[in-house]
Amino acid sequence: MSVNLSKGQAISLEKKDGATLTAVRMGLGWQAAKRRGLFGSRTREIDLDASAVLFAGAEPKDVVFFRHLVSDDGSVRHTGDNLVGGAGQGGDDEAILVDLQRVPVHIDQIVFTVNSFTGQTFQEVQNAFCRLVDETNGQELARYTLAGGGEYTAQIMAKVQRAGSGWTMTAIGAPARGRTFQDLMPAILPHL
Amino acid sequence: MGTELVRGQNHPLSQVRLEIRISAGVPVLAGATLGDEHGTVHGRQWVAHPGASHLPGVQVPRQVAAEHRLAVDLAALPEAVHRVDVFIALPTGTAGPLGFGAVPAPHTTVSGHDGTELACYTLTGLDTETAVIALELYRRQGAWKVRAMGHGYANGLPALLADQGLPDADDLATAIQEAVVQGLPGTTPVPPTDRDTRPTPAPAPQATPTHQAVPTSQPATASPPASASQPATTSPPSPPASAPRPATASQSSASGPAEPPRSYGPRSPDEDGGPDPHQPGGPVDYTHPRRTRGRPSPPPSVADGQPARPVAGDAVGWSMEERLYNQVWGMFEDLARTTAAYRSAIDFADSRLEKELDQALADPRTRLGTAGGAAREAAHARRTQLAGRARAAFDRDLAQLIAEAEVVEPALPPAYARWDSPVWHAYRVPAEPPMALRLGDVHLPESAPLHIPLLVRLPLERGLWIDSGPSAAGAAPLTDPTEPRHLAMSVAVALAARLLAVHPAGEFAVQVVDPAGAGNRALLPLTRAGVLVSPPATGAAGVSQTLERLTRRVDLVQMAVRGGAAESLPADVDTAQQLLIVNDFPHGFDDRSVTRLRYLADEGPAVGVHLLLVADRGEATAYGPLLDPLWRSLLRLTPLPDDHLADPWIGHAWTYEPSLPPAADRIVHDVLTEVAGARTKR
Repeated sequence: MSVNLSKGQAISLEKKDGATLTAVRMGLGWQAAKRRGLFGSRTREIDLDASAVLFAGAEPKDVVFFRHLVSDDGSVRHTGDNLVGGAGQGGDDEAILVDLQRVPVHIDQIVFTVNSFTGQTFQEVQNAFCRLVDETNGQELARYTLAGGGEYTAQIMAKVQRAGSGWTMTAIGAPARGRTFQDLMPAILPHL
Repeated sequence: MGTELVRGQNHPLSQVRLEIRISAGVPVLAGATLGDEHGTVHGRQWVAHPGASHLPGVQVPRQVAAEHRLAVDLAALPEAVHRVDVFIALPTGTAGPLGFGAVPAPHTTVSGHDGTELACYTLTGLDTETAVIALELYRRQGAWKVRAMGHGYANGLPALLADQGLPDADDLATAIQEAVVQGLPGTTPVPPTDRDTRPTPAPAPQATPTHQAVPTSQPATASPPASASQPATTSPPSPPASAPRPATASQSSASGPAEPPRSYGPRSPDEDGGPDPHQPGGPVDYTHPRRTRGRPSPPPSVADGQPARPVAGDAVGWSMEERLYNQVWGMFEDLARTTAAYRSAIDFADSRLEKELDQALADPRTRLGTAGGAAREAAHARRTQLAGRARAAFDRDLAQLIAEAEVVEPALPPAYARWDSPVWHAYRVPAEPPMALRLGDVHLPESAPLHIPLLVRLPLERGLWIDSGPSAAGAAPLTDPTEPRHLAMSVAVALAARLLAVHPAGEFAVQVVDPAGAGNRALLPLTRAGVLVSPPATGAAGVSQTLERLTRRVDLVQMAVRGGAAESLPADVDTAQQLLIVNDFPHGFDDRSVTRLRYLADEGPAVGVHLLLVADRGEATAYGPLLDPLWRSLLRLTPLPDDHLADPWIGHAWTYEPSLPPAADRIVHDVLTEVAGARTKR
């Protein structure tokens, strides 16, 4: 049963039988919003990019994004850049796989962000969501929908962080501005 | 634990009463052929198959199943029998898979009578084959051995039997398939075996009421004792009919009366998840006796919580060679990444310690006194704890990679293997060039005992440069200034010998340019075996002549390739790949020869002319920066361990170590003699 997260809500990533999760997938899906008026049928392509930043303490240690698809330690993998978004099928357009067991011991938080590389604001995006899936069985653990796109070009979606021997996920949903994750660093730090 | 065999590998058998277990993902039929010392199978009475499941010393199952147990008593075999080939085949006439390529790789295990596992073998790399010889037991000088075969036949059982020399192979194959088609509904449920979690004598949960559903109508040659042992029921018996039988007798329905009594205990009721129909007074089993219970489990590999036992060839690829190549590169990447994680964690721990110590000192209240001391201690403890966790994770990964290397290294073919590997002793000139070549080993300081083979694809895309300069000697300065040169040349010769050995006869030629004749001693293995095209060229004239000849070859082959007229090359152009070893570059080279060499380095690899330079870059300083592109275009190797190779993922500095033959070993000589012999035979 999937949990619909609201901003700031945290869930523990433990399975019902007490076993901890071993691998999760952070999926991102979106569609370009239909425009009204003349040439409204011409959909504009929007390139959203999902990134994951690995933090140790409050220091960024590694980043996984479309130019660096695998973290140096191999625990976080990006499945590749999608330049146009989904046609509305509702599947993940970009996905980041995290092998929680292989995350290096000093990494205590992984923050997932979304940027609009082409510069459109989220007003022009519809049906955007970010979800966390248990990679071992394909079950959706949590879903966070980007409700009411506003005048911003990036969003800090969620973070997973160590809690005891397991991990928890927290929905952040903070808007920001920037083209790639580098521009977002100042906006991320308050959420650590 | 038994030995994990790879295709072609053999293993001595320490026991004579054997049990061979076969597990495939789908129902298959199993059998065995008996051959004399020449491998000839004398007629169908020498074939044990589901229609004639019992021969002296061999007992095979009578029905198709995903899991089989064959009993072999080597001592009970007739004297004339020197070979037992165990085969499996997909049953025809059902909507089953079209070939073994479409099903999980079958797994075979040979265990002794007491349950100890002697050897196992996974039949990987099958494709459209529908019948395959899995294992061969053979008598060699009075002792029995097992060999992993994996020899498949796309044309199925008839082709397999015909290949064994049976005159009426087609008829026999048809008879076998008929025998199992009639027994097909009686597929046995898959026993829940898991060899990782249950190592020693597994109870034999193979006897279920379904066995009796096998009809007794058999081909004419069926051996009478086997059929007589079966309950003569042609209709499927109901489970209660078998209930009065003692539990220990449950073995006999599958293994026949000649089977020696086993030490296995009676089956426990929970063995297949259902009530035991053999227990008198037990609950009645309402499941249909012919129904397969559950899905066949995939080949055993995963035990929960434990890393899977590594298997050689555990990677993607079309052939075992490609799989091993990909596996070695996978190990390389894994080691690079796990080391990156470890180093990053240690860096972080150190910088955090620094920061916390600074904080403790910055506060004047805690600078002195117990509070400051406690803060410092806490900071150190935090560092130690984090570093310890990082080390534990790294050690865990490293142990797994070492275990993997231990099974991969012996499985490597000659082109990938170290010179001290036994595969070189069984060296035969190959029929096809290999996919890749081992240039040496790489390792990181942290990975101490683990060395990863450095494999490069063939044909070589760039030339090689063995650095004979003093920089390569690095930390270990050698007393004799000529020693690094000799060592570098020895590395070059070992590489050339390896390249010669792994190519089919006549498809690879080595030429040597040694202007000053300084490499004579190191070149001895090549010159003595007579595998060089011509004696090493000396002097400036020899240099320019050799280079001119090779330049002409590159030019002509390029023209032929561009024009699509590969057949119209002049007769004197050798179409074999060429390796040019240049010793002491740039000694003996004039400007013109240097230009030719650069041409060869740039244009040669595409048309099969490769460069192996043994040089000290310092001696070429007279050319200024003009030769820098040449050095950069070559892959630098060092005769002594040196950390100058970067991996493509993280960019760690890996220490390269050349692969040299053992000093007091004649292996290179033997191999090159074989190469020279094969060349003259052509």
